[in-house]
Amino acid sequence: MVKAIYPKGKIVAKTGNEVMAEAMRQISPDVVAAYPITPATEIVQIFSQFVADGRVPTEYVAVESEHSAMSATIAASVAGARAMTGTSSQGFALMWEMLYIAAGLRLPIVMAEVNRALSAPINIHGDQSDTMGARDAGWIQIYSENSQEAYDNMIQSVKIAEKAKLPTMVTTDGFIISHCMEVVEVYPDEDVKAFVGEYKPERALLDYKKPFTLGAIELQDYYFEHRWQLAEGMRNAKKIVLDVAQEFKNKFGREYGFYEKYKMDDAEVAIVTIGSAAGTTKFVIDELREKGIKAGLIKIRVYRPFPADEIAKDLSKVKAFAVLDRSDSCSGTFAPVYLDVVSALFANGLNIKSENYVYGLGGREISTEHIAEVYSKLGKIAKGEIAPSKTVEYINVRIK
Amino acid sequence: MANLKELSKNAERLTGGHRLCAGCGAGAVARQTLIAAGDKPVVVVSATGCLEVSTTVFPYSAWKTPFFHSAFENSAATASGIEAAYVSLKKQGKINDDIRFIAFGGDGGTYDIGLQSLSGAMERGHRMLYVCYNNEAYMNTGIQRSGATPKGASTTTAPAGKVKQGKEQFRKDLTAIMVAHNIPYVAQSIIGNWNDYTTKVQKALDTDGPSFINVLQPCRLGWGYKPEDTMELARLAVDTCLWPCFEVVNGVYKLTLRPRGEKKPITEFLKLQNRFKHLFKPENAGIIESMQASVDAKWNKILALCGETK
Repeated sequence: MVKAIYPKGKIVAKTGNEVMAEAMRQISPDVVAAYPITPATEIVQIFSQFVADGRVPTEYVAVESEHSAMSATIAASVAGARAMTGTSSQGFALMWEMLYIAAGLRLPIVMAEVNRALSAPINIHGDQSDTMGARDAGWIQIYSENSQEAYDNMIQSVKIAEKAKLPTMVTTDGFIISHCMEVVEVYPDEDVKAFVGEYKPERALLDYKKPFTLGAIELQDYYFEHRWQLAEGMRNAKKIVLDVAQEFKNKFGREYGFYEKYKMDDAEVAIVTIGSAAGTTKFVIDELREKGIKAGLIKIRVYRPFPADEIAKDLSKVKAFAVLDRSDSCSGTFAPVYLDVVSALFANGLNIKSENYVYGLGGREISTEHIAEVYSKLGKIAKGEIAPSKTVEYINVRIK
Repeated sequence: MANLKELSKNAERLTGGHRLCAGCGAGAVARQTLIAAGDKPVVVVSATGCLEVSTTVFPYSAWKTPFFHSAFENSAATASGIEAAYVSLKKQGKINDDIRFIAFGGDGGTYDIGLQSLSGAMERGHRMLYVCYNNEAYMNTGIQRSGATPKGASTTTAPAGKVKQGKEQFRKDLTAIMVAHNIPYVAQSIIGNWNDYTTKVQKALDTDGPSFINVLQPCRLGWGYKPEDTMELARLAVDTCLWPCFEVVNGVYKLTLRPRGEKKPITEFLKLQNRFKHLFKPENAGIIESMQASVDAKWNKILALCGETK
């Protein structure tokens, strides 16, 4: 349960969607362009009410598709506005072309994203297939375990995006967080506004007295340099993410990093995961710890840029670990987070026994028993009783 | 009515040196649009296409006014976003000047892949001028048929062959679709009559709301004719009534150009272009007849809408 930390904070009961909309109200972007999609609809619906009630100066563009939502958000950002949007799943997929353009143009757009399964079959529930598919799009990706994190991440993301000159998405797990009422500490409007600061773009298309062309064609002679700059911008964003987290801690008291370590100091078996399943995992860890099992967790918050060396260091002392992915890459090998983690270990000269599990697709439940079972298997792997599986394993799915 | 002497004093905001083909009408459309805008500050966006790629080969740009391009199907959504930013910043007192927004798209980017984005932007009522520089096919990718390609034209994806004689369908009437959006200003024009086109651009830019101009722009490569004939070919489209030039102001139609002299048969227009060459085989006479019948019917309909007699 969230406790009040900030002296001027207020404890409220809000869903993930409500706090994301609340953060957007406090940020007061100049333009929001969005299209409704379950389970993210509420975010822009609540925000539209803020616009209708004159509580924000935002121009709300109720576009006719997510493709146009991202196109208009990009254009507003190019024009010199602080611009935001929100979406999920199929809508996110429809934005795909424009996601790469937002990053390639280095626009500090912030997106509230609610993770939902991708069709087919059509499914409205939570998994991370949508944003995982865009892991190479050049967007900073920040995942939230609960509503408090979603709120805090939204506030930080504006600063991160504008300093890094990279679009940034903040996500929650569909329904599990987006629609779950939780206790959240919110901060006063003026304090959030002061933290976020005024947006001062380096250049703006509306500054017509200083005309420039953006979106030019670049062929063999220039394209590569600009794409290199984008990749370098993502590498440089690591420090920015940590700097903003430090500023946030100094102001509001809550601590954030690339990931959260839970009982990792002496952990022998560990799980690495992203999002709401981390809460369930912590509960299991506490139970296991009572039985003397040294279990730990790394909950990734910032997946792009990927904190490779840091994770490798923090996993270096465990005897076995498992990565729980809430998306499958259908590649014939492993799921995305696992691939990032093991390549980080390999690059750091570490060879630790590990397993990769895919869980929770389409909102399928993951229970404490499922997680306890993963730790139990990791224990046997750590002792050398069994060998790790060489393929991806699946949790709570009917196979055969 | 535009005044040539006045127009000639206006700044050139599309410079020469771009990479459009000799005889290309798209450059003329963009140049005349900006000249017509006079000294109004304008922000230009464009769909991916000939105009955009040929005028912005990095690190060069032919645009002496703010210019933005992001993708193919979203020129109208892009202009929407910029206009929304303008409205927001103006409301907040961060911008004081009046700025106009012009979106360009070819017929592929307008009739086909960008139609949804255009329809949405028009319905939402953003104050912008959308100019479709209509050369009746996907010219940038190499002359593929579009929803604007006229029946009978040979393109690389609806070519004339042993059993097919080019495009089999009539083009869609995009201008009518725009009129159906009940926006305050819609027009059809040609490149080749500077007065008709620039007057319409000026009216559109003075309109407090969305406006749309569908300007027929011959493409010497895609249509197959001599580069110096671009303007005259466009005028022939008017003389044959193949491309009526009119405007619809708040729903009221007005014819702006009539044929020079007697209405000519469409063959006068078709025979100058390689894309229609196959239609002049005796066995294809029926295709030309059906095209003529369609042109006549459309022309009569436009005349009636404009309250004009034959």
